[in-house]
Amino acid sequence: MAKRYFDEIWGHSRGRKPRPGFESIARWIRETPKKELARRQDSAEAAFRQLGITFNVYGEEEEAERIIPFDIVPRIFTADEWASLSEGLEQRVTALNMFLEDVYGDRKIIADGVVPDDLVLCNPGFTPLVNGHRPPHGIYAHICGIDMVRTGPDEFLVLEDNARTPSGVSYMLENREAMLRLCPELFETFEVEPVDRYPDALREMMQAVAPEAAPGDPCCVLLTPGHFNSAFYEHSFLADNVGIELVEAADLVVDDDIVWMRTIEGRRRVDVIYRRIDDEFLDPLVFRPDSMLGVPGLMAAYFAGNVTLINAPGGGISDDKAIYSYMPEIVKYYAGEEAKLPNVETWRCREPDALQYTLDNLAELVVKKVDGSGGYGMLVGPTSTGEEIEEFRAALKANPDGYIAQPTLALSTVPTLTDKGTKSRHVDFRPFVLSDGNKVTTVPGGLTRVALREGSLVVNSSQGGGTKDSLVLRPDSEQPESQA
Amino acid sequence: MLARTASYLYWIGRYMERAEFTARLIEATLRLDALSARPAGEGAWSSALSVAAAKHDFEQTGESPTPSNVANFLTFSKDNPNSIRNCLYTARMNARAVRTALTREGWESINRAWLGIDGRSAVGSAQGTINLLEALIAENRGFEGALHRMLRQESYHFLMLGESIERTDNTARLIDVKYHIILPEGEEVGGLVDRDQWGTILQTVSANTAFRWLYRDGLSSRRVVEMLILRRELPRSIAATVDETAALLTELGRLTGYQGEADRMARLRQQRINATGIREIITGGLHEYLQAFIEENRLLSQAISRQFRFD
Repeated sequence: MAKRYFDEIWGHSRGRKPRPGFESIARWIRETPKKELARRQDSAEAAFRQLGITFNVYGEEEEAERIIPFDIVPRIFTADEWASLSEGLEQRVTALNMFLEDVYGDRKIIADGVVPDDLVLCNPGFTPLVNGHRPPHGIYAHICGIDMVRTGPDEFLVLEDNARTPSGVSYMLENREAMLRLCPELFETFEVEPVDRYPDALREMMQAVAPEAAPGDPCCVLLTPGHFNSAFYEHSFLADNVGIELVEAADLVVDDDIVWMRTIEGRRRVDVIYRRIDDEFLDPLVFRPDSMLGVPGLMAAYFAGNVTLINAPGGGISDDKAIYSYMPEIVKYYAGEEAKLPNVETWRCREPDALQYTLDNLAELVVKKVDGSGGYGMLVGPTSTGEEIEEFRAALKANPDGYIAQPTLALSTVPTLTDKGTKSRHVDFRPFVLSDGNKVTTVPGGLTRVALREGSLVVNSSQGGGTKDSLVLRPDSEQPESQA
Repeated sequence: MLARTASYLYWIGRYMERAEFTARLIEATLRLDALSARPAGEGAWSSALSVAAAKHDFEQTGESPTPSNVANFLTFSKDNPNSIRNCLYTARMNARAVRTALTREGWESINRAWLGIDGRSAVGSAQGTINLLEALIAENRGFEGALHRMLRQESYHFLMLGESIERTDNTARLIDVKYHIILPEGEEVGGLVDRDQWGTILQTVSANTAFRWLYRDGLSSRRVVEMLILRRELPRSIAATVDETAALLTELGRLTGYQGEADRMARLRQQRINATGIREIITGGLHEYLQAFIEENRLLSQAISRQFRFD
């Protein structure tokens, strides 16, 4: 079956003729010798290793540090594409925050029958503990990583809303650094929006959401589980670039509902914590008592309004894949207009008709656990064995509430350097969206993940995917090159 | 600054210095072994183990103290807490955890030093060993260079403080062991073997030419000891590192507003060494002097930990 995938550079022309505006990059890909591209790519990866831009692979031997493969051919967004994407993201993330405020508050959306109450109240991501507690400035998801895919010229679809502790922003920044150094000619050809505003934007957001009683120059920190965590590089990179302390739980102490950090000069009061620790490990007094990663008393300080937690506890519910399927309704409910960014068509297996459809079409569908992530716990029908399909059939029947199904998408491709020159490989995209209660900011760029194996649709780094730089062109830099 | 960060930086300084010292020690021992009029052989390697405080751990392995066994143990062994590998491993893990407090160059030089040794397990030929050690020492020079470009903030001072405390300890142990152990029975003081061995000591602290500058006449144990303990012109001498430690603590006090027991101990030590001559040291017993000094240095390190709330 010869599927016609949309290519970000060649459109549907299969490498013959670039999309309008993409002539220069097409020429660059054609004319830069493959050996030269490979040399630059190796040099980027060597630099990443030297810098220690690594992630740890769980379940492997201790200390297994790997770099994520980097691909030298960038993905490009035109200014128009970006303008409509970022509008859609703003609308979606605003609605998502209103939804969270509502479900932990008045629950109007449930009362109005838009989202079924059991889906919210029985959801494993729902945290009754924070019920009725409005976080400072009403924001739960200060930082969202919205996973998107593209299936055609105007078809951007949201695949997943990551509203807990989305990672990957360090790759957005480091990939750009590598490209600026190794392919400077690209930045002479294209006027590209800078991504290095992100650390400033993050700091401004953190300061803006400090508790009202905090001083004008609030003390902001980043809380990491420690250097064995898979995303530790990102934690230290961000703390460094934002200019805040990188703390571990042992560096914090809560006294009289106030959070302090232990410094060489004694205690210093902490106002805002960007925590990269999951809810359940945050505070052993209220969540998992066996957690060594958390800070006893942290939640009490949070409830007393003495500290802002980024992202706020309880936001995980919007991460849930079953809630995801209601996002078009949720956006419409709060924004009063249709969602600008559509969802991928989703069958909720909790609904009998959808379950039947899913069971009848397993070989064509992607089935996901509602609480799975990282490419684990999913079935990709077309590339699975009969045995795997039967396993999922049994699991689905036993627990239909635990699954959703989606069509296998014709993910767009981007030329990617392989042993045999540049070939089309499927990509997805994760932009990072910041909310401070007054404004929503999406730094122009994001993380493009690429499936390095031919035909593969799985882009997760834990499953062998790589990354690319994502260039967003400035509005005045479009080059129609009408002679092409 | 976080107390944990300060502690990690201090220990990065100590472990990087220890790794370099051990590398120099092995290099100098190889040289002694190769160049001696009569090879000092096992004696030289056994004293290297003592200097590196690794004699006991090495004996636990049950291996015979051949040059390559000892060189491997000091360089790669996971069972030797002070092997170059373990020093670099710990320094790198600490650096990784506090890389926000290090410069990019500082982190990269530690990471490169670690990548240079990670995965290797035997030094190989004498030439191979020397190449590896030279590469490690060069990385360490890169690290020191990176240190000197840091902002003169707390991070810099804690790294330097660790380096300085470790240097004091290393130099004191080097003199103590070499002075009392190295001369094989039947060899005369001032003889060829004796001279070679004092040359090795200078090699370890990279002070061969320094000696020629400071003393126009011949190599003698008394002068070497004097230079290594009292001559402030030599940056690795005990007196110079003692001064440095006191100055770093003073600067930290200025930056943080904190002074305490560690400052008092460091200054007292400085005053004492100022008032001491080589004659008194030797008359009173060099070994006793050095042992007391090593113990005092350990107590000072503990006082630093308490003063800056390392735990």
